[in-house]
Amino acid sequence: MSEFVFLVVTSVTIISALGVVLSNQLIYSAISLLFTLFGIAGLYVFLWADFMTGIQLLVYVGGILTLIIFGIMLTNKISSARLSQTNMQQGIGSVVSLWLLIVLSLVISKTNWYSVSSSEPVSTVDKIGTLLMTKHLLAFEGISLLLLGALIGAAILARKEI
Amino acid sequence: MNQLNTYLYIAAILFSIGIFGVMTRRNGIAVLMGVELILNAANINFIAFSKYGGMNFDGHVFALFIIVLAAAEAAVALAIVINIYNNLNTINVDEASAIKQ
Repeated sequence: MSEFVFLVVTSVTIISALGVVLSNQLIYSAISLLFTLFGIAGLYVFLWADFMTGIQLLVYVGGILTLIIFGIMLTNKISSARLSQTNMQQGIGSVVSLWLLIVLSLVISKTNWYSVSSSEPVSTVDKIGTLLMTKHLLAFEGISLLLLGALIGAAILARKEI
Repeated sequence: MNQLNTYLYIAAILFSIGIFGVMTRRNGIAVLMGVELILNAANINFIAFSKYGGMNFDGHVFALFIIVLAAAEAAVALAIVINIYNNLNTINVDEASAIKQ
């Protein structure tokens, strides 16, 4: 049963990721991205990362995808709906991405990965919180400053007159 | 089936698809979606290594930081895209090649 669910989640993730890059209408790409992000959240469940699943759903699906759909709707023209969405680099793009996929697969299959088995944790939230407040405190404060800067920068950039 | 290699292959496939999207799309927002796919592939790798490296939570914290950076990047990039649209009346990234009109 678990194997079957894993297979379904994996195929949903990869097929809708293909839909993101191949679909002709931008809004269909955004909807495909929604399913990809849901599939990745499902993979996090299989990886015992419950907190990361929640963050993925809240931030990606609830925040970034909404921003992207807003961006599409603010910049879409009805007359340009039938225009081709791809540029002249389709050939070289597919060659480069296939080459990358082959090289990465070779590396993954040839490497003898270090792997230890561990038991499933009851909850990951307290461990992540402790790490954020002790070992990674400097990075945590730095990223809060970066978020503030990005917020102010985006608000200033998106104003009508600069 | 449920092993480290499986997750690494899934992440590699997502990464390649994202690279393909970044290289072939004309629309700025579609390029942004390809970048999101690449960042998610990296996140899958971090969390998979975290589980199979003896449930080490540093990987989770790293993935959390990547998600925060992706949110900041999406906000700033969409502000820039909307500015390009206001100035050039298109968001084709091939045409937005000049710093000033």
